Formats: sequence, structure tokens, C-alpha cells
Amino acid sequence: MKFAVVVFPGSNGDEDAYHAAGEVLGQQAEYVWHKDMDLKGADVVILPGGFAHGDYLRTGAMARFSPVMRAVERFAARGGPVLGICNGFQVLLEAGLLPGAMLRNHKLKFRCEHVHVRVEQTDTPFTFACRPGQVLRIPIAHGEGNYFAGTDVIARLEANRQVVFRYTDASGEVSDEANPNGSTAAIAGLCNEARNVVGLMPHPERACESVLGSADGLVMFESVVAALRSGALGGSTGSTLQAVV
Amino acid sequence: MRARVFVTLKASVFDPQGKTIADALHSLGYGAVDDVRQGKYFELDLRTTEAAQARELAAEVADKLLANPVIESYRIEVD
Repeated sequence: MKFAVVVFPGSNGDEDAYHAAGEVLGQQAEYVWHKDMDLKGADVVILPGGFAHGDYLRTGAMARFSPVMRAVERFAARGGPVLGICNGFQVLLEAGLLPGAMLRNHKLKFRCEHVHVRVEQTDTPFTFACRPGQVLRIPIAHGEGNYFAGTDVIARLEANRQVVFRYTDASGEVSDEANPNGSTAAIAGLCNEARNVVGLMPHPERACESVLGSADGLVMFESVVAALRSGALGGSTGSTLQAVV
Repeated sequence: MRARVFVTLKASVFDPQGKTIADALHSLGYGAVDDVRQGKYFELDLRTTEAAQARELAAEVADKLLANPVIESYRIEVD
């Protein structure tokens, strides 16, 4: 399995993602520079955390225009699994690959700590090996992770089961205290309608080894390998994946 | 022509920075400041002498990049 880790000027989670996929998981991993026009034959694409293009104008706003994003869009349209982590999630929002936008955290603080998220959907390539309702303890590190979308969009996300992760406490209960940034409906991550593009604010790649305080994030990387191996992603839509699950 | 583009969060979107600034002003004694909305301001120097054309171009640029329509709206002045 080949993971492509996209590197934008200002990415800082790229080496973590490369390490998780290449060293911890033992898969093939390759960096793809933002000016590259192709994804080097990757099976999985990761848009890492950081501050792409300095987050000028808005988080993720300039990265949308990087040449590599045309290849990412084509890859996603073909049903290829794409994971946007933190700033990578913000890039996916700005690129229109996922709906909604990010606001400053409701209390204006940059939050850098471990949080708990509950897996809401297991029929995405990155939650394929999770148990429904499984609570993962993984870190966040962001100042603009306050997910916002209009009420009509939120209703559609819920109806389509596109909310993949929600902030909860350790027991999996949603509460204001467990929501670190004020995200609407405690949304920590979501997927597109076809379910192959997933974005989340927490950093699973920084929680793949117990020495780092948690290994709960590894299941997301194992998920995509399992999903690809099972042939569940053979089609271009998530319905194929769902059938296998 | 010069176009000025004012981008602000939509009225329906909570603006925590504006709220914090309003709170600071209240603590400075400016109780008459009811509310503050923070935004961004852009000056575009445009290679055109037609006001209508300048406005159209500024709107296109604002739609495409300067504002995120999910959370922001904008206003344009041309002179």
C-alpha cells in the first residue's frame, strides 16, 4: 500500500504522517511536493497538519490553488481515499471537497492537548477497522477548529451520516466541556457523500505509538489498509464499502 | 480604479474576536459600544477606468478568494 503525504510550504505534520504510515504501519510512504502534478501512484493520500502557505487570508485558503490539489481532486473523484488532518481538513473545506468552514476556537485559545472523539461511522476507509461508537484518545493542536456550517448543511450531514467523529468525554458522551473549540454539533471530523474523503481536526498520526501517550490513532491507518485490501474501495462510491461492512 | 473590499463574518455567524474586542471596550468604560464585528479590508488596484468593470472584477475576486461564502459576506466600494 502506498501512502502519499502532500507537503505544502508550512506543513508541519508531514513527517509525523510519513512516520505513522511508513515506520509504524510498515507501508510504503512518499512525500509529494505541493507543486507536483501527480500523486506518484499512491493508494492513499494524506493532507497533513501545519500552516500551509502560512494560513494567509484564511486557514487552508491558499493551498487550494497548489498544483497538486488538481491531482488530489481527480484522485478523490475516482473514489481514492483521502485523509485531511487538522490543516489538511481545513484545506479540504476550502477546496470544497468537504462542506463547511472553520472559525476561530470559540474561546480564542490555541488548544494543544489530548481529547476524546467518538467514531460515529465505520463505513469510511479511515474508520473501517473501528468499532461503532469506539472512543479514541488523540491530540488536537489548533486555533481554528470551530467547525461551522449552515443549519441546512448540518441537517444534510446528519441525514447522510457524514459526521464521522464527534468530541466526547472519555465515556463517549457529548458535552460542552468535552467540545474543545465550540464546533457545531461537536463535529470533530466528517466525510464527503461518497465517504472516501475524510477530514478531522485531531491528529491520529501523533497517536500511533504508546510512547507518545496514546496509540489510539493507529486504527485509522490500519483501517485504510484493511479497506483497500478487502477490495471495499474497488468502486467509486462508498456504497461499495458499505456493502462489505 | 481602486476597489475596496470589506469582508466580515455573516450576521448569523458568531464572531468571538469581535465579542472579545467589545468586552475589552466595555471594560475601558465604553458602555455605549453595543457590539463589534471584526473583518478584513482589501484595497485592489485595478487596470480599468470603468467603475462597473472594476466592481465586477472585485466581486469576482471576492467570490473566488477573498471571502469564504460559507461564513463571510463582503461589501465593495469603487473610486
